[in-house]
Amino acid sequence: MIDRTRDSFGRMLLTVLVALTLSVLPLPLWLAAVRPAFLVITVLYWSITVPRLGGIGLGFFSGLALDVFRGAALGQNALALSAITYVAVREHQKIRLKPLFQQALIILGALIAYEFILFAIDGWAGHPNTSPLRWIHTLTGALIWPVATAVLDRTRGR
Amino acid sequence: MAAYGTGNYRASQGRVTAPGFGFTVYAILAIVLMVLDRRGGWLTHARYYLSAAAYPLQLAVSSPGQAWNWTQESLTARETLEAQNAALRQRNRELSVKAMRFEALERENAELRGLRAALPAVADHWMAAEVVDVELNGLRQRLLINRGAHNGVFRGQAVLDSFGLLGQTTRVSPWSSEVILVTDPEHAVPVEIERTGVHTIAVGSGDPDSLALPYLPANADVKPGDLLLTSGLGGVFPQGYPVARIADVRHDTAQPLAQIRAIPLARLSALHEVMLVWFQDQHPAAPTQLKDGASSSGNPALQRQPAPPLDLLPLPALPRLTPAPPVAAPAAASAPGKSAR
Repeated sequence: MIDRTRDSFGRMLLTVLVALTLSVLPLPLWLAAVRPAFLVITVLYWSITVPRLGGIGLGFFSGLALDVFRGAALGQNALALSAITYVAVREHQKIRLKPLFQQALIILGALIAYEFILFAIDGWAGHPNTSPLRWIHTLTGALIWPVATAVLDRTRGR
Repeated sequence: MAAYGTGNYRASQGRVTAPGFGFTVYAILAIVLMVLDRRGGWLTHARYYLSAAAYPLQLAVSSPGQAWNWTQESLTARETLEAQNAALRQRNRELSVKAMRFEALERENAELRGLRAALPAVADHWMAAEVVDVELNGLRQRLLINRGAHNGVFRGQAVLDSFGLLGQTTRVSPWSSEVILVTDPEHAVPVEIERTGVHTIAVGSGDPDSLALPYLPANADVKPGDLLLTSGLGGVFPQGYPVARIADVRHDTAQPLAQIRAIPLARLSALHEVMLVWFQDQHPAAPTQLKDGASSSGNPALQRQPAPPLDLLPLPALPRLTPAPPVAAPAAASAPGKSAR
């Protein structure tokens, strides 16, 4: 709130790019199943801490990038990610004040909502995937949230 | 804009535009994109360029693995290389001898079928492609390879490795293409059981080591060890390429259909190089190419063939699906094969 000079758009873009790389990095099967959605977590972090920088646009375009990389229906991740970014931006002041543990729980909820939207769109597109494996990353994502905030706080010079 | 903003939000932080409005716009945009993508119109072209833009990052992301392979290769000891070289030479000799025999067999086959000359090979030319990225999870079994539209790759092209059928290209970008593997849950290959000539469909299971054959009746003549070949139906793969070998057949008395699992011959989980194949369009065993993304059903060249004279058919073609007596089975199997050529 006081010193925003270091929260530059470039820095944010850089972290988002790194998160995207981590999200599409080829991994062995078992590792890929537990890989947290790095990009989603990063976008949520920026929406909660500095909503004026990226906001819903950041969510939309990050989701679009994921769609292109994953070969999903164009707009699928974009819709899911902009939906949870919207909630995060709207409630960012409440979320910011919560202790880290509660934040992680909120992130868990957001990730489940995100995955549910993807799941619903998958069903609509005619290839439903009911494997329970797809939900694992919501848990690992919530677990990694404290670490992610610490790392991303560093990039902002905190 | 103000109509969508929540009051307390705007009061506390006036510089941020109301999120509700932005969300509405982006959500509508995303939904429109999805609907258009499903229709597959001009958005296919947009995706073509978008995936071209994404390709550098995909290359960069896969580079650690490639660098590791390269280092390993360049650090291989001289003796290992020599041993490898000797083994490859040996294999080459074996294959040449086999190929010699193969030509003779082909001529003999043509004579037996009453053709004046043996047909040329159905494959016109080949191109090796390197695997850039592998995605092998339960939902999607895809490869990204480093050949694209600039190399003449087209959508729905057959991709093989040296052991069998791998899959087909689904999305072609300028310099890369996405290959859907036969084991992808959304993929199905029309196959033929080599021993009996029974036609069925092999569906991907999402597991890189297994294919399912869900459409065979419980009394179908299938045994573990049977070889599955592409049947040439469906218009993507030409006839006669090996796909998988039956691993186990289970008969559940409550189920009308047998539960059959097959193991793909292509080494799906250890891939570095794949082969893209172009087929001769005029060849009877060639698949019809897809035009403008519209899928064709079957090869029209095949369908125009007149039926063979009745005296050539020792048995009606129908009993193929039932376990035929061992002597009658090959004869019955050859009948539909003949009508297809």
